[in-house]
This record gives sequence, C-alpha cells and structure tokens, in this order.
Amino acid sequence: MNILIRNGRLLDPASGRDETGDLAIASGRVVAAGTAPREFRADRSFDASGLIVAPGLVDLAARLREPGHEHEGMLESELNAAAAGGVTSLVCPPDTDPTLDEPGLVEMLKFRARKLSLCRLFPLGALTRGLGGEVLTEMAELTEAGCVGFSQAEVPVKDTQVLLRALQYASTFNYTTWLRPQDPWLGKGVAASGAIATRLGLAGVPASAETIALHTLLELVRVTGARVHLCRLSSAAGVELVRAAKAEGLPVTCDVSINSLHLTDVDVGYFNSAMRLTPVLRQSRDRDALRAGLADGTIDALVSDHTPVDEDAKTLPFAEAEPGATGLELLLSLALKWGEDSRLPLAKSLATVTSSPVRVLGETLGSLASSAGRLVEGGVADVCVFDPDARWTVQPDALRSQGKHTPFAFQTTGMELPGRVKLTLVAGHLAYEALQ
Amino acid sequence: MTLNRRNPQLNAHGELIHLLSIEGLPRAVIEHILDTAETFLSVNEREVKKVPLLRGKSVFNLFFENSTRTRTTFEIAAKRLSADVINLDIARSSTAKGESLLDTIANLSAMHADMFVVRHAESGAPYLIAQHVAPHVHVVNAGDGRHAHPTQGLLDMYTIRHFKKDFTNLTVAIVGDIVHSRVARSDIHALTTLGVPEVRAVGPRTLVPGDLREMGVRVCHDMAEGIRDADVIIMLRLQNERMSGAMLPSAGEFFKSFGLTPQKLALAKPDAIVMHPGPINRGVEIDSSVADGRQSVILPQVTFGIAVRMAVMSIISGNEA
Repeated sequence: MNILIRNGRLLDPASGRDETGDLAIASGRVVAAGTAPREFRADRSFDASGLIVAPGLVDLAARLREPGHEHEGMLESELNAAAAGGVTSLVCPPDTDPTLDEPGLVEMLKFRARKLSLCRLFPLGALTRGLGGEVLTEMAELTEAGCVGFSQAEVPVKDTQVLLRALQYASTFNYTTWLRPQDPWLGKGVAASGAIATRLGLAGVPASAETIALHTLLELVRVTGARVHLCRLSSAAGVELVRAAKAEGLPVTCDVSINSLHLTDVDVGYFNSAMRLTPVLRQSRDRDALRAGLADGTIDALVSDHTPVDEDAKTLPFAEAEPGATGLELLLSLALKWGEDSRLPLAKSLATVTSSPVRVLGETLGSLASSAGRLVEGGVADVCVFDPDARWTVQPDALRSQGKHTPFAFQTTGMELPGRVKLTLVAGHLAYEALQ
Repeated sequence: MTLNRRNPQLNAHGELIHLLSIEGLPRAVIEHILDTAETFLSVNEREVKKVPLLRGKSVFNLFFENSTRTRTTFEIAAKRLSADVINLDIARSSTAKGESLLDTIANLSAMHADMFVVRHAESGAPYLIAQHVAPHVHVVNAGDGRHAHPTQGLLDMYTIRHFKKDFTNLTVAIVGDIVHSRVARSDIHALTTLGVPEVRAVGPRTLVPGDLREMGVRVCHDMAEGIRDADVIIMLRLQNERMSGAMLPSAGEFFKSFGLTPQKLALAKPDAIVMHPGPINRGVEIDSSVADGRQSVILPQVTFGIAVRMAVMSIISGNEA
C-alpha cells in the first residue's frame, strides 16, 4: 500500500531534519521525505497539518507477559498498546514463564509478533538458564533465533564467578549483556531507603544496592572488554559512576525508566501500590540527576519499562503487591514532558526514544540499523505521527494495555501530559490510526 | 492536592473516621481522644462496666498476625461499649486457604460488620482495607508491619499525660529496636504533635537508623547520652528473631549496652517514669527490678489502654465518611 502523509512537520532527531513537508511511503519504505515525487500515487493519504511526523519510537524495555503471564498481558493487547503509543520497535526482557532461554521460544514469539504486524519485537535472551544465575544459555543459537542481547531481567547473578564467565563468553561473540545493576542482598526492600521508607515502615533499598553492583559490573567490563547495557538506573550516585565509566571509554550504555524520570518516593503517598516499582522510586535529587544524565547523554535512552500487572496482584498491601506499571502508551508523552520541563528542543526529547536507543542496539538490528529510529529516504517506514499540542490525562480504563496500573493516572497524580499519537506505521503498515 | 494525598482517616470535615496512624492527626483530635478516654476510665471502675454507645454494632477483630494482649484489650473495650465482638484468627483460617485480604473483608462486610480492628504483618495493610470498605464501616489499625500502632501510641500519651501533666517541657527517650517498631513510630508522631521538645531514639546503628532525624527526633547511639535527664523512658520489646543475627550479636550484649538497669535509670530525672508496650523480656531490654520498680508504669499503661481504645472506637463510630 502506498501512503502519503501530507504537510506535516518532519522531525528526524538523527539527521537534524526539521521542515514541513510530505512523507511518501511505498512497499514498506520511505520513498520521499520533503516533497513526494510527482508520479507518486497514494492509496491512503493523511493530512498531517499541525502534526509532527517522526520516526517510530524504540522502547528498550517492555514486558509483553507472553508466554506464561497471559492473565496480565497478551502479545496482541500489548503490541496494540505499543502501536497506540507510537512505538514501532521494542525490546522485551526474558523473564517470561518459561524464560526465554530456548531458541524455539524466541522464534515462536518473533513469529507471532510478525503475524500481528503491530510492532517489531526484539527479544533479549536469558543470560543463564531459567535466569538461575548458574548455567549459561546457548547464546549463539539464541542470537540466530533473533535475540539482540542477553539479560537477567530482575534476577541478579549472585555468583561473581558466573558473571565474569558470562561476560567473557558473551564478549567472545560481541554480544551485549543487559543487566540491571542491583545487589541481590541490599536490593531486597520495597522502597528507597530514606526518610519516607523509614516513616512508612517499609523495607528500604539503599542507593548502595545500585552503586555496589555498578562498581562490580564496571570492573568486570574493564577486565573483559564486554559490552554491557545497564538497565534502569535509579540513583544520582549511579549516574555519576556511569558518567565516569563513559569518560574512561568503557563500552557501556544505559537507560532510565519513565517512572524514575518523573516520580520520587514522595509519590508512594499512603502506600499507593501503583508506586510499587522496580527499581524503587528514589529521592528528588536522584530524579534530578537522572534528568540531567538523560539530557547530557550519560543516559542513552528513555524506556517505558512497561510491565502489565493485573488488578489482583496490585490490590495487596504495598510490599506484597507485584511491582510494575503499564507504560507503552505513555512513553512519548513522558519524553515530551521531560523535554518541556527541562526546556529542551523537541528533537532532543524525541532522540531519547528514537535514534539514541537505536544506537544502543547497534548492529544487532542488522539491515534495520541504518534506518530504524530515523526518517531516511529508502529506509524502513516506521513512523509516528503525533499532535504535540494535544494535552491529555491518563484514564487507566482507556488504555489498550491489559495492565491498567500506572502511577501517572490522573486520579493519582493529577498530571496532564503533552502529545497524542495520531498515526503509527510499522514497515509502511498502519498499526494505529486516530486521524480522519 | 489529589485523592491519593488526602489523609484517608479523616473525612472532608477533618473528623476521624478510621484510626490508621497518628501521623497527620491534628493535635486537637489527639487531645479529644485523650479527654474522652478520661471519661471512660471511670466506667472501668464501676460495678457495671458498660455504656451503650456501640449497642447493636458489630466489631470484628481481624488479626492476621497473632496477638493475645492487644486483641483482648480491644475486645474488652468494645464489649464495655456494648458492641458485639467477633474475633477472627485469620492467621490460621482464610488466608491459609488462599483467600485474599480484600475477599476476606468483602465476606465479613456482607455479615454487616460496622468496624474492623486490624492487625497485619505488612505496613499499610489497614489503608488498603479502609479504601475498600463501605462508607459506614470504620477501620482501626491494631498494628501494621513496622508502620504504626496508633492505639498504643495514644495510650502511651495518655499515660505520660496522667503522670507528667504537661508535654511541653518533657524529654522522652525511646530505647531499643526502633527500626522494626510500629510503636516507636506512633509514639514519635504523637509526641512531636503534642509539643514534646526533645524526643530521643536510642539504640545501636542497626536498630536506630539516622533517617529517623527527619521525623523530628534526636538519634543517640549511646545509652547514657540517650537517657540522661529524661522524664520518660519508653523501652521497646526486642523480638526474639532479632536477638542474634546480623542486627545484633546476642541478647546479652544488647542488655549490656542498652538494657535498662537501675544504674542506668539513675541517669534519668529522679521522677522519670519507665514505660514498655509489653510483653516485656526481662533481662533483655529491661531489668526485673526496673520493670517492677517504683518508677515503672507498665501496668497502668495496660489499664489506660482499654479506656483509650473505648474512646477511639466511640469517636470514629460517631463520624461519617
């Protein structure tokens, strides 16, 4: 199908393009950006006046809950949520049930996602079998099946010997290991250590749970040369360590979640289980450091950390409630909100969810590497068209995700968000449409 | 500013509808509870120890965590208000069969409960219950995790007021395992709200975190410094499971450093009172001669506890959400 998006503001953070024009798409590719060829005949044509035409979003952390947790999310509902959020590529961690430690599971997941044509799916394979932290998975096989890296999700490897070996092995083949820096013992609490956790009587997670793990990981990177993506930084001290590691030239990248970028432990309020998240929400100085780190490039990408959780698992006392929040449909708006709050140009906030995460994925994207997260003539037509001036409030029941729990629900935070997705194209296919 | 932030134990008029925590209670509300308790104290001394304030009401004691003492005092308090009291030992029934907390509440609500007295091992559990009960149903927190034990805090205030009259010139030392203590948190909120100028939290660094300073207390890791010239000493119970491990090496070593002996008590003011929420561990946090000594008010605390719980139950049942 040939699609013409007319008269939109074409905004491509990677190239710096920012001009009003048309985007012509045929056979899943961008054939022209700026002025459509005279002979171009569109099957569908959209008027994008006043709207922004941007690359589709790339989310480095979204759980789809399949296989094993279908009561909390299904591939179809969650990929529909992605499309509604303008997300055209997403990376999913291996903490499904069973875990993604077998090539067959990865192939099946990729196959089913491809059939839905709603969003590209890039799974992370389990670094160790069953995420048990003991036996390495067949990384080469898993890579062939479509994994873009290897991860322990939320289960830290306790045995440093195993961690060293895993990094050595992964680096043999140039695979990236995705790890959330969290000490397994210090990380057992449910809220950030500090005055609020102490007052509420909740078990704390000190910032040293993150920095100790970072020190260990960075030292292992130094020793092995392995490429590591550090997932979901949460503390000011953590940002500082990554900044120094990058200055030193270590091959590390990192991300932050929309939750940690916008919220603090104050938002826990009266034990609001929507704020039961991993990593835990920390203090405002941590949030400020994360915001500054994202702005100066220390933090490479903003992620939704989408984790649909069902109602029963959230209506429990705070510590017993399952951590996680839905996020795919909020990613764009929360990137824009951060940009507005920090007085950054639009292209800068968009880069954190488009071109920057693509750089993290690098060559693992294969032929997509040159055009995903960008608007390139001849490149894949993964596109997000949105209204930057629209303001909306999050009403959980209106979300497409099966997970309705979000800390950004209007009822909870009273927050108004900027930006509304109007059209999402994945490989030139209409994945989401809210335009006449 | 938003729904989430309104103190869920007060209605729109600022009246108490549940008792979940002392934090955020206006001073006038606390004083009203203490004054009301005073009127009930005489009921407890009459031959017929009953008033009809809760006649026809059903009070459910929901103890998800075992307790004999607190449950009994709530039961006595409710009965003296003429309520029907139903004791449920949930720790051994529904949840063992896999029923969720809110399902249990829904079922008991269908039996026309008017008040739930809740003890739960998780901080915040009574908030969850209060959010899910019908508007005419009241919730009293009888201890949630490490978070709060507001009726204990109130009876401690009653005791202090009874013996010391004025809060605004006192030094109060709370000694022991403060990090795990819901009693300590409730006492701290109550004492600071009532205008006590110096509240000290005393114990080793593993049990007395520095973050407590932000609750308005002076943190002391030295027993002598902590109790010197104190008017009130509140000793906390050291739980068995914390007596030896990574928090403390042994009960004996704890007693040596932070146990209250007659020698240490001599550092406090001569008329200092010694309190303890019970049950006491003799020879662990407190020496028997102190627990049974002339400065001990541990047993009056228990007596006042019934009057304070009667006051709380009668006040909240008179207010509508």
